[in-house]
Amino acid sequence: MTRSVCRTRRIRRSLRASGAGAAVLLALSACSSSTGSQVGSDSAGSAEVSGQVTVFAAASLKESFTTLGETFEKQHPGTVVTFNFGGSDALAAGITSGAPADVFASASPKTMATVTDAGATAGEPSTFVRNQLEIATLPGNPEGISTLKDLIASGLKVVLCDKAVPCGAAAQKALEAGGVELTPASYEQDVKAALTKVELKEADAAVVYRTDVKAAGDKVTGVDFPEAAEAVNDYPIAVLEDAPNAGAAKAFVELVKSGDGQRVLTDAGFSTP
Amino acid sequence: MRKSDAPRTGARTVPVPLLVPALVGLAFLLLPLIALLVRAPWSGLPDQLTSPEVWQALRLSLLCATSATLLSLVVGVPLAWLLARTEFPGRGFVRALVTLPLVLPPVVGGVALLLAFGRNGVVGQWLDAWFGITLPFTTTGVILAETFVAMPFLVISVEGTLRAADPRFEEAATTLGASRFTAFRRVTLPLIAPGIAAGAVLAWARALGEFGATITFAGNFPGRTQTMPLAVYLALQNDPAAAIALSLVLLAVSIAVLAGLRDRWMRAT
Repeated sequence: MTRSVCRTRRIRRSLRASGAGAAVLLALSACSSSTGSQVGSDSAGSAEVSGQVTVFAAASLKESFTTLGETFEKQHPGTVVTFNFGGSDALAAGITSGAPADVFASASPKTMATVTDAGATAGEPSTFVRNQLEIATLPGNPEGISTLKDLIASGLKVVLCDKAVPCGAAAQKALEAGGVELTPASYEQDVKAALTKVELKEADAAVVYRTDVKAAGDKVTGVDFPEAAEAVNDYPIAVLEDAPNAGAAKAFVELVKSGDGQRVLTDAGFSTP
Repeated sequence: MRKSDAPRTGARTVPVPLLVPALVGLAFLLLPLIALLVRAPWSGLPDQLTSPEVWQALRLSLLCATSATLLSLVVGVPLAWLLARTEFPGRGFVRALVTLPLVLPPVVGGVALLLAFGRNGVVGQWLDAWFGITLPFTTTGVILAETFVAMPFLVISVEGTLRAADPRFEEAATTLGASRFTAFRRVTLPLIAPGIAAGAVLAWARALGEFGATITFAGNFPGRTQTMPLAVYLALQNDPAAAIALSLVLLAVSIAVLAGLRDRWMRAT
C-alpha cells in the first residue's frame, strides 16, 4: 500500500522534472531501497547490532575475513564492517596507542599478549584458528622441492619472513626443528612480501603459511613438510576494551567462531583449533 | 614623518601574516622529531649503538645513498639539460614521466623495478641470460631502487636552475667557437653548480630514507641489503625502543651531513 503510493508519487515528480526514462528507474530504485531499509530495521529490532564495526586483522586473514565481513553485513543489515589488515605487530601497536578498533584478530598469541597486557582487550582472547607453514614453490615445483633440507641446495633463491614477524619466527622454529641451516636471499617484512617474491619468480621458494599458498591459487605450488607441525600458529581474537561498537564487535567474533565462520576459514587453508 | 619611517621599520619587522604560518610550519616539522627525542630510550642507547648490526646497516645506508646520488648525477644532469635546453616533440610529457617516481608509492616503484630488472623481468631476464647478472637481493639492487626514487629530485632541481640561468652565456661561448658540449662543460656547469649541489643533497637525503622500493626490489638481508630504514621498520615490529634508537642514529647522521654540506655550499656561493 505505502509502497505503491511512494512509487507513483516519486514517478510523477521525477517525470515532471525531467521526463526521462532513466529518471523513472532512478526514482524506482530510490523508492525500493528506502522501503527495503525500513523492512530491515523492522526485522532487526531484536538485535541492537548496527553501525560500523572496525576489525584489525592479521594480513593472512584478508581473504577469509573479507568474505566474513560481507556475510556479517548481510546478516545484520545496517552494519558496515571496516577492515584494517596488516602485520599483527603494527596493528597491536596501533591499538595500544589508541587506534579506534572494535575487534583485533592477531596471527600470534605473543602479539595479542602485548594488547592484553596493556589492558586493551575486553575479556580473554580466544584461539579461533590455527595456521601452518608450507613451502611455496614456483608453479609445478620445477626444482622438485619436497623437504626443508632441499631449500639449502646451491643456486636456489629462498626468501623467509624476518624473525621479527610471526611467519619468520615460525619458520625459524621449523628450521631449527629440522636441523636445517638456511641462509635466505632475503628476510621479507611480511608473509605477503615473501610470497610475492615467488609469484614474480624472483625467488624459487618461500616459507609461508598454507593459507597464503591457497590464496595465491596457481601462481605457486605448496609443499607440506613435517617440521611445520613444530611451528603451528594460533590465531587469537578479542573484542577490545575501548570498542566504539562493542555489541557489533561481539556479534562479529561470534560469527568468526560459528560453524559458518569456521567453514570459510578452513576453505582458506586454516585448521580449526 | 610617518611616511618616511614606515618603509624602514617595515623592512626590519617580519609581517605577521608571514611569521605566524612560518612558525606553525616549523613547529609542525619539528614536533615529531622532538617527540622522538623525548621518548628516546636514552639509558638503552649505548647498547643499541654498539651493536654491530646497527653500524653495518648505517654503513650500507651511507654507501648506497652516496652511490645512488653519484649515479643520479651522472645521468640526471644530462637529462635535466636535455629537458631545459633542447626542443623535441613530447618534451612536456617526458618531463611529467621523469617526475612520476615522485608520485608513485615507493612500494609500487619497487614492484615496477622487479618487473623490469627482476630475474624474470622485461630487461632482467636478458641480463640474467646473457651476463648472469641478477639485481634483486643485491647491494646493487638497493642502489638502483634508491636512484629510481631519488633521481627525480635532482632532475627537477637542476632543470629549474638551468631554466633560470641565462642561456646567452652558452650562446656566446658557441659563437666564439666552442662546441655545444664544451660550452656545457665550461660555461653551463659552473653556472648551475649551486643548483646541482642542492639537487644532489635532496637526492641523497631522499635515498638515505628510502624504504618501500628498497625492501620490495632488493629485499632485506643484514649487511647486503638491510639499510637503516629497513632495520628501523623491522625493529619496530617487536622492539619499538630499538627502533627509536636507530631512528635517532639515522637522524643524527643525516643532520650532520646535510648541515656540513649546506655550510660548504653556502660559502662557495
